[in-house]
Amino acid sequence: MTATPVIDGWFTTGEEPHLLASRCIGCSNIVFPPVSSEAGGATSYCRNPTCDGEEHETVELSRRGTVWSYTDAQYQPPAPYVPQAEPYQPFALAAVELPEGIVVLGQVADGYGVADLKVGAEVELVVETLNTDDSGDRTIYRWRPVR
Amino acid sequence: MSNAVAIAGVGMHPWGKWGRSFVEYGVHAARAALKDSGIPWSDVDLVVGGETVRNGYAGYVAGSTFAQALGWNGARIATSYAACATGAQAIDTARARILAGMCEVALVVGADTTPKGFLAPNAGERWDDPDWLRFRLLGMTNPAYFALYARRRMDLYGATAEDNALVKVKNARHGLRNPYARFRKETTVADVLASPVVCDPLHLLDICATSDGAAAVVLTSVEYARRHGIANPVRVEAVSTVTPTFPNTTIDMPLLSTDSTAVAGAPELTFKEAIGQAAYEEAGIGPEDVDVAEVYDLSTALELDWIEDLQLCKRGEAEVLLRSGETTIGGRIPVNPSGGLACFGEAVPAQAIAQVCELAWQLRGDAEGRQVEGAKVGLTANQGLFGHGSSVLLAV
Ligand SMILES: [Zn+2]
Repeated sequence: MTATPVIDGWFTTGEEPHLLASRCIGCSNIVFPPVSSEAGGATSYCRNPTCDGEEHETVELSRRGTVWSYTDAQYQPPAPYVPQAEPYQPFALAAVELPEGIVVLGQVADGYGVADLKVGAEVELVVETLNTDDSGDRTIYRWRPVR
Repeated sequence: MSNAVAIAGVGMHPWGKWGRSFVEYGVHAARAALKDSGIPWSDVDLVVGGETVRNGYAGYVAGSTFAQALGWNGARIATSYAACATGAQAIDTARARILAGMCEVALVVGADTTPKGFLAPNAGERWDDPDWLRFRLLGMTNPAYFALYARRRMDLYGATAEDNALVKVKNARHGLRNPYARFRKETTVADVLASPVVCDPLHLLDICATSDGAAAVVLTSVEYARRHGIANPVRVEAVSTVTPTFPNTTIDMPLLSTDSTAVAGAPELTFKEAIGQAAYEEAGIGPEDVDVAEVYDLSTALELDWIEDLQLCKRGEAEVLLRSGETTIGGRIPVNPSGGLACFGEAVPAQAIAQVCELAWQLRGDAEGRQVEGAKVGLTANQGLFGHGSSVLLAV
């Protein structure tokens, strides 16, 4: 069985994974999720109203940030969410503020819940299995509390 | 020159799960508003319909649908879509034509029939659609967004789950005698806390349902209203439908991130603060003059956010206001005297118009069983998907 990211180009894997963002060549504004060429031209327009840039380069975001807020999913979300286990296991979610001035939503790492989180607390990026299909484990970035 | 237009009449169809066509609800509300105004349908020269977009399809071509159902009278038509702000945008369209002298009597109608079951994204794989990705990659539902905002309040300002529940208790009591409210039942803090946690810290009873319903207003020039014998009409003094200013620093449904503040710095006002501020500036009326507010309590905690966003108290102090009864009818600044979404459930294209109907009744002194005594200035507020939001300021 192999482990592959559930979506291409959003994060790196390995010991110290990073989120991948798009940085505007014109004004350096950073966006996450990264600009996708498949999604068509409109998504590549720079969001900065004083910039008409459409070209981006890929940059890594900081691995550590602070919790902006957090919650959990006590009930199984509807499709296209794919539950990893039967019966359904609730999981936590966190919005995390990175030094780049951007807040990014993600699930919280396996084994951690809302009791392990606090607004302002430090978390770091990990990559874990989201679900398993015919091709093996499909992985996703997650936030893990820093002890 | 004043930007005011007159509210000559208002009407609603009760909220519920009636399972009938949105056209029936809309016509019911429209006829009620026309009757309330005393203006015949034949005098209406503009119909603006609030529509809903369901699963990517503009399913309700609302302006013409209502105009035809009332019997073609030759009126011009327009149709608005602005998510939760749909009704306010429809009112703004009518107002602009009246102020430009291009219309004398406008009928604004919003109606919705909600689908059965859970609101879920479209079928099929859409790896470039954030609304699909948030479910596939994160399992991020709408209540989870509301829960993020609620938790932040609790960690930053020391609010508690009991405070959230108290919003529900207050609104349930306000809505008890509102004939248009769907849920009319006393609720206790214990009831809310005993309901299952959906997304921590929010319980099932902290989160609003979806409903069928319809609301309508008849707008005219102030001059026309006077000629028609309405000497002192409730006036629409401002309609704010501003969009966010880059960078938008709050995670809005269905997005997975905010804009970055690195290039431009955080704006002075958040999007929700800017929505209210624009209404105050347009009306030349400040938060200190507001007597009553109808705000979008998609969750109980969101009502507390709105009270601060609209500058009705300082940041972090909404719970103090709530606990001391100041946001209850009889208090300093009653919020959601109609019962709010807690008692109605959301009927998207009708809801912003329903907020205006309630405030019109309040300012006329006609809100039987839930009257805010002596109210002269009222304010609505809501925010929805895709950078839509609105605030309508009424005065008498
Ligand atoms: Zn740029």
